[in-house]
Amino acid sequence: MSPAAYVFLAVILFAIGGVGVLIRRNAILIFMSVELMLNACNLAFVAFSRMWGNLDGQVVAFFVMVVAAAEVVVGLAILMAVYRAHKSASVDDANLLKY
Amino acid sequence: MTHLFILANGGANGTNLDPIYDEVLFWILAILAVCAALAMILVRQAVHCALMLAVVMLSLAVMYAMQGAPFLAFVQVIVYTGAVLMLFLFVIMLIGISNRESLKETISGQRLWAGLGGFGLVVLLIVGVGHAALGTAAPTTSANNTNNLTGLAQLIFTTYVFPFEITSALLITAALGAMVLAHRERTTPKLTQRDVARAKIASGQVAPEPPPGVYALHNAVDMPAMLPDGTTAARSVSRAVAQRDVDLGRGDRQVQITADLEAEERIETERQLEAGAAGRDEA
Repeated sequence: MSPAAYVFLAVILFAIGGVGVLIRRNAILIFMSVELMLNACNLAFVAFSRMWGNLDGQVVAFFVMVVAAAEVVVGLAILMAVYRAHKSASVDDANLLKY
Repeated sequence: MTHLFILANGGANGTNLDPIYDEVLFWILAILAVCAALAMILVRQAVHCALMLAVVMLSLAVMYAMQGAPFLAFVQVIVYTGAVLMLFLFVIMLIGISNRESLKETISGQRLWAGLGGFGLVVLLIVGVGHAALGTAAPTTSANNTNNLTGLAQLIFTTYVFPFEITSALLITAALGAMVLAHRERTTPKLTQRDVARAKIASGQVAPEPPPGVYALHNAVDMPAMLPDGTTAARSVSRAVAQRDVDLGRGDRQVQITADLEAEERIETERQLEAGAAGRDEA
């Protein structure tokens, strides 16, 4: 397949992830949707890397993976702290800064 | 099988994947990934979402392999599916699987507008990417010629060496942050063995609780124990098990217990009759 097909697939997966972030209310699932978006970006990077015939895209995808891993660790720790305080993982319940 | 080896050795561009094989594999994986991604955002149970995400990630890993990125394919499986997703599952288990999100929309029409927005994003990006006239795959370059892993290592430790070093700071910060956030100060003094023993004596229940089901006729964990005085001890059934029975709509336990008691009476009379008969035999 040409790299374009992979880029189109990445676009679709990215949009699905974005919709997931918007419609889900459980913070864990929002995180998962963000991971899906990051994965879609990686797919696009790899496709571009193949298109240009160099490895820079793959290196960037590799860095994205590292950053995603760090982000998940901190994000889930925050989630645990919020859950401890509110006994709920719903993003609607964490509204103490609202007023 | 040979295809798998070719795949593992560096997919498309460094690769001699059969074009037809390449195309068929792409369509299978693309449909699988999109369906799993849709299921992920629509399914209600958090654990099912995590499994769907695993399907997406694994199909993307195979796609990386098809595109001449075998190293990334393995990193994807090991780091994403192996570590990140397990972390997700861990947190889901900690927070509680039964913690379902309510289906009530807090902002009216949020889902509809989110869906429309997502659709608009897809159209916008596809039109944009389509106009960008993406070329076909470039012929294999020197970087790919040597070896995917060697090429990547050369890039990471020359051009990208500074970002690579920054990454270490990021990882240390993340590890420290996770420790700080997950840490909980002890607000009550730690219970010593003496305190535990005191509390036990004070509670009046010194002996262990009766285990469930043992004295009842059903030998099951969801049956309360029957105490020597004929009453049942509801405490002997784990709350989780009792809740599960309620969730599954199993029959009322009290009815079963009554039936048990009747059965026991019957058995008791039979025993007495037998004993009487045995007594007659001996005489």
